[in-house]
Amino acid sequence: MEPWLDVIAVLLILANLRLLGTSRLSVCIQTVAAQALLLGAVPLLMHADELSARLIAIAAVYTVIKAIVLPWLLRRAARELGGTREVEPFIGLTLSLLVGMGLFGVSLFLAGPLKRAGQGHSGLLIPVALFTIMVGLLVIISRKKAITQVVGYLVMENGIYVFGVAFAVQEPLLVEMGVLLDVLAAVFVMGLTIYHISREFDHIDTDRLSTLKD
Amino acid sequence: MATAVSILHVVLALVLAPLLLGVINRVKAKFAGRRGQPLLQAYYDIAKLLRKGAVYSRTTTWVFRLGPIVSLAAVVASLLLLPLGAVVAVVAFPGDLLLWVYLLGLMRFVTVLAALDTGSAFEGMGASREVQFSLLAEPALLLGLVALAAWSGGLSLSQLTGTHSTGWLTGTAGAITLLVSASWLAVLLTENARIPVDDPNTHLELTMIHEVMVLDHGGVDLGLIQYAAAVKLWVFAALLAGVLLPVRTAWPLVNLAGGVAGVLAVAMGVGVIESTMARLRLLRVPQMLVAAAVLAALAVVLVLR
Amino acid sequence: MSLYVAGLIVLLVGGAAALVAGRRPLANTLGALTAVAGGLLTLVSSAATLAGGAGAQWDLMRPWAMPGGSLHLGMDELSAFFAICISLISVLAAIYGRTYLADQQGRRHLGASWLFYNVLLASMLGVVASRNALLFLVAWELMSLSSFLLVMFDDKQPGVVSAGWTYLVAAHLGTAFLLVLFLLLGSSGSLEFSDLAAGPNLAGVCFVLALIGFGTKAGLVPLHVWLPEAHPAAPSHVSAVMSGVMIKTGIYGLLRILMLLGTPAIWWGYVLIGLGAISGVLGVLFALAQHDLKRLLAYHSVENIGIIVLGLGLGVLGAATNQPAMAVLGFAGGLLHVFNHAIFKSLLFLGAGSVAHAAGTRDLESLGGLLKRMPTTGATFLIGSAAIAGLPPLNGFVSELLIYLGAFGSAAARAGVTVYGAVAVILALGLIGGLALACFAKAFGIVFLGEPRTAAAAGAHESPAAMRWPMVVLAGLCIAIGLGCPLVAEALRPTVYAVAGALGLSVESDSPANEGMALVRRVLPYISLVAGALLVMIGGAGLLRWRLLRGRAVEPGLTWDCGYAAPTPRMQYTASSFADPILKVFRRLIRQQRQVHPPEGLLPAEASLHTHAQDPFTEGGYRPAFLAVMWLSGQVRRLQGGRNQVYVLYIALALLVLLVWKLGL
Repeated sequence: MEPWLDVIAVLLILANLRLLGTSRLSVCIQTVAAQALLLGAVPLLMHADELSARLIAIAAVYTVIKAIVLPWLLRRAARELGGTREVEPFIGLTLSLLVGMGLFGVSLFLAGPLKRAGQGHSGLLIPVALFTIMVGLLVIISRKKAITQVVGYLVMENGIYVFGVAFAVQEPLLVEMGVLLDVLAAVFVMGLTIYHISREFDHIDTDRLSTLKD
Repeated sequence: MATAVSILHVVLALVLAPLLLGVINRVKAKFAGRRGQPLLQAYYDIAKLLRKGAVYSRTTTWVFRLGPIVSLAAVVASLLLLPLGAVVAVVAFPGDLLLWVYLLGLMRFVTVLAALDTGSAFEGMGASREVQFSLLAEPALLLGLVALAAWSGGLSLSQLTGTHSTGWLTGTAGAITLLVSASWLAVLLTENARIPVDDPNTHLELTMIHEVMVLDHGGVDLGLIQYAAAVKLWVFAALLAGVLLPVRTAWPLVNLAGGVAGVLAVAMGVGVIESTMARLRLLRVPQMLVAAAVLAALAVVLVLR
Repeated sequence: MSLYVAGLIVLLVGGAAALVAGRRPLANTLGALTAVAGGLLTLVSSAATLAGGAGAQWDLMRPWAMPGGSLHLGMDELSAFFAICISLISVLAAIYGRTYLADQQGRRHLGASWLFYNVLLASMLGVVASRNALLFLVAWELMSLSSFLLVMFDDKQPGVVSAGWTYLVAAHLGTAFLLVLFLLLGSSGSLEFSDLAAGPNLAGVCFVLALIGFGTKAGLVPLHVWLPEAHPAAPSHVSAVMSGVMIKTGIYGLLRILMLLGTPAIWWGYVLIGLGAISGVLGVLFALAQHDLKRLLAYHSVENIGIIVLGLGLGVLGAATNQPAMAVLGFAGGLLHVFNHAIFKSLLFLGAGSVAHAAGTRDLESLGGLLKRMPTTGATFLIGSAAIAGLPPLNGFVSELLIYLGAFGSAAARAGVTVYGAVAVILALGLIGGLALACFAKAFGIVFLGEPRTAAAAGAHESPAAMRWPMVVLAGLCIAIGLGCPLVAEALRPTVYAVAGALGLSVESDSPANEGMALVRRVLPYISLVAGALLVMIGGAGLLRWRLLRGRAVEPGLTWDCGYAAPTPRMQYTASSFADPILKVFRRLIRQQRQVHPPEGLLPAEASLHTHAQDPFTEGGYRPAFLAVMWLSGQVRRLQGGRNQVYVLYIALALLVLLVWKLGL
């Protein structure tokens, strides 16, 4: 199953790049969902020879929540809030892609020393985890809308999940806790940002919040 | 035996190249529910053009007349350097991949100059777009070559796609193969002026790229240009098929047959893309090519890590 | 030896004689004649040295009254190689220059012009032959001064004076760094090259000093700002010499210092590759944005210096990490590109001079259709354009191929961390290649093809034979080197080995460095073969076309232009419009000022578009303090921008820095 882990890692990278390269909000949400779907499979693949019910349950819960429930919520939020269907980036999409490629280089560089500490499964898992976290940050930084910031947050979470899986394989409980916390935090943050901001200001373009500064 | 098969590949390519256009058009016709033009239409067109006389604009010089000749010679020379999967090229040496890339550059250069020689604004515009897009396609092509060179440890195109099998669609090897293929597919579509970059069927000069560059060519010259374009399509399709196809047997003839089937399959794939995709806005094309380069760069990183 | 010195003496005496002849026509003839004679003498002498091996090298030392100085000349493989480049181009440019200047006879003091030209040649030849640091610096300064005075030749033209001064200031700044460099290297007391050595831990400092000092002369970004000003301002045969060979003395100096410093550090290679890539890509992008033919060519010199430095960087990287094959290929490619660029760049500058001479303007938008009026200039310019764009079967391709091969070889061997340097080289060369193709399609296409855009261009005439022949010879060399590349590489081998050997690689006949040369020997015959086959096939296709068209109607007509029956030359695509989409893609690297007056109303009367490409380095150079203050105040304001994206950016950056710091080092 190891080779397939590599393939999944590559697909995760591609999902990240797609996230950076697309101009459509709906594609963004789709991509995050697809990424979560892939992530659900990672622990299963890593322990393909010793599958336990608990492992499968964790994967299932994670997949259902992050790949189905949250994207559905996001989509609903996007629809209800109206506005354009574009992501409205601060920096161009092409530049985003190139920056993304640069970040991947950085994460490979950083993963070098970390790999020794990690479990040495697929050599790509840790760089991909770092890369995913950075892309999440990049999306938060470089996109205007609140909803894209939530997307960025979810991507970052995906990255942290990969990180956890890569490091704490023998500690399923840790992963479980992580998953549950993830979910809680995600729902919480999303609810807060989107609904709160939109109630106060009637729109969810954080760019306009900067009028507050003076 | 192996050399004979290599030469046979060049002969087959020279003979079958216009067929690719027929295959693409057939696929498009099927998608549209039409019967479509005959499979051999491109041959009829070229033969008819070669029977005609010529009209040359008074503005043009010998550069205009030289364009089609040099581009045909350059693309045929690039064919000599081209392997087809396990069928090695007629001329193979370390570094031939660069000569191959730059021969296609020569073809582009003379085509662009011939377009500028007419003094027509439309052809100038096509020339400008052609150099813009192909220069952006270059990094993707080169990075793909770097990835495969590092993967196979060879410096010759024939080693890149031939003797060293890249594995097939599993594990890291598969990831690399798929990434490079996806990247090169974008290059193929760009270099050969297909949808979503350029529409070979368009009739509005303002939106055309390759077709508008050859607007003033007629008769024999246009026939040579269309033939050279068909060979160029073969060249890129063969490169792609060589990377993607798993036919690596001990029998050269089987390899050749598999390769040719692969080239036809790539043509069908192009037909499917043309039927299902809309043309990109011109401003979006650079973005697609940068994305292609990023995919190839990813493949490089995967190999070298 | 005596030939070389005799050549130098002929140059200096001839220059002085021309000065005495003053404004008389004799001065023009005398100056050109002695330049040719002196150049031929040094050409023969240095070629004999390179061909004759170690036995033909020489060393000549005479005492000099200067403290620490001596009149110490010498000739080894590296010096001989550069002396060949200098002599060859100078001779051809002098032949061209005599006719080029002929219409100024009697009106201008041509004697002075030829004195400076001859002194420039002699000082360049002196620079490459000096074996004493003081003598080297004197020759170096003479070179700068004489070329400065040549640039100022047309001082009545607007812009020339400021260009000259920019050049002089830049040249002196560069020399200041060289002064410090030689003081550091000569800390033992002697300034003879053979005694120079970097003190402990000072090698890196010396490298940086040499890079800045010589990089200024070579025109490396960001030290290039003088180059696009000064080169176009000079008379064209001088531009050819300055762009073709004078800037290469910077490369010579860099190589000489590298050879003195011995085994390099890895980061030198990365620095060279980085600077080479930046110079190459930015140089060609700036070139693409120019409207002035000679300015365009000057920016291309920046690009080609970038390619050369990429080659050297690969070589240094290979020497530092003991990858002899990569090092040899890098150095071979870089050095061959020095030679090739000398040939095609001087060819192009001479062509540009002929165009300016014939049409009275160098503005691309005013030219057009010149191929019919100037067939020889046009044909040779086309060959030069294809060569500089690196297209087979010409010489530019060969040198780029060698650099590519070195980089691809390293990638294919997956040789450690240097692989990423190699990939950077490949990527940079690929981008440069595509952009150069676009740029020269524009330059040749707009100037020589289509219809003339102004009356001046329509009235252009072919230059006299004495101006055409040097161009034909240079174009012939482009083709000959492309087809005969194995022989050229063989002739270059001693120089490559000398450099590689001095940088700590073993170049014995059975050592791994020979792998690189063996690869060159194996590959280049194939290049000749395919190039020959290509020419045969072009002939074949031409024959086919001729057979098919024989006896059929071939009629002249109008350009179709989509049915529009009365096109005027002003409706042609322009140089700016050709380059615009590409420049838009790279708009983050190159800023264009645009003044647009779009057509308005139902019956638009006048509309205009004016673009001007700024060189950000020049702009930054003029007001660095001002910009710094602006930047600082901007940052302070931005710090409290009130955007939460920016706050997250700070956090992310801080985290990234921490991560890199903790994990990376």
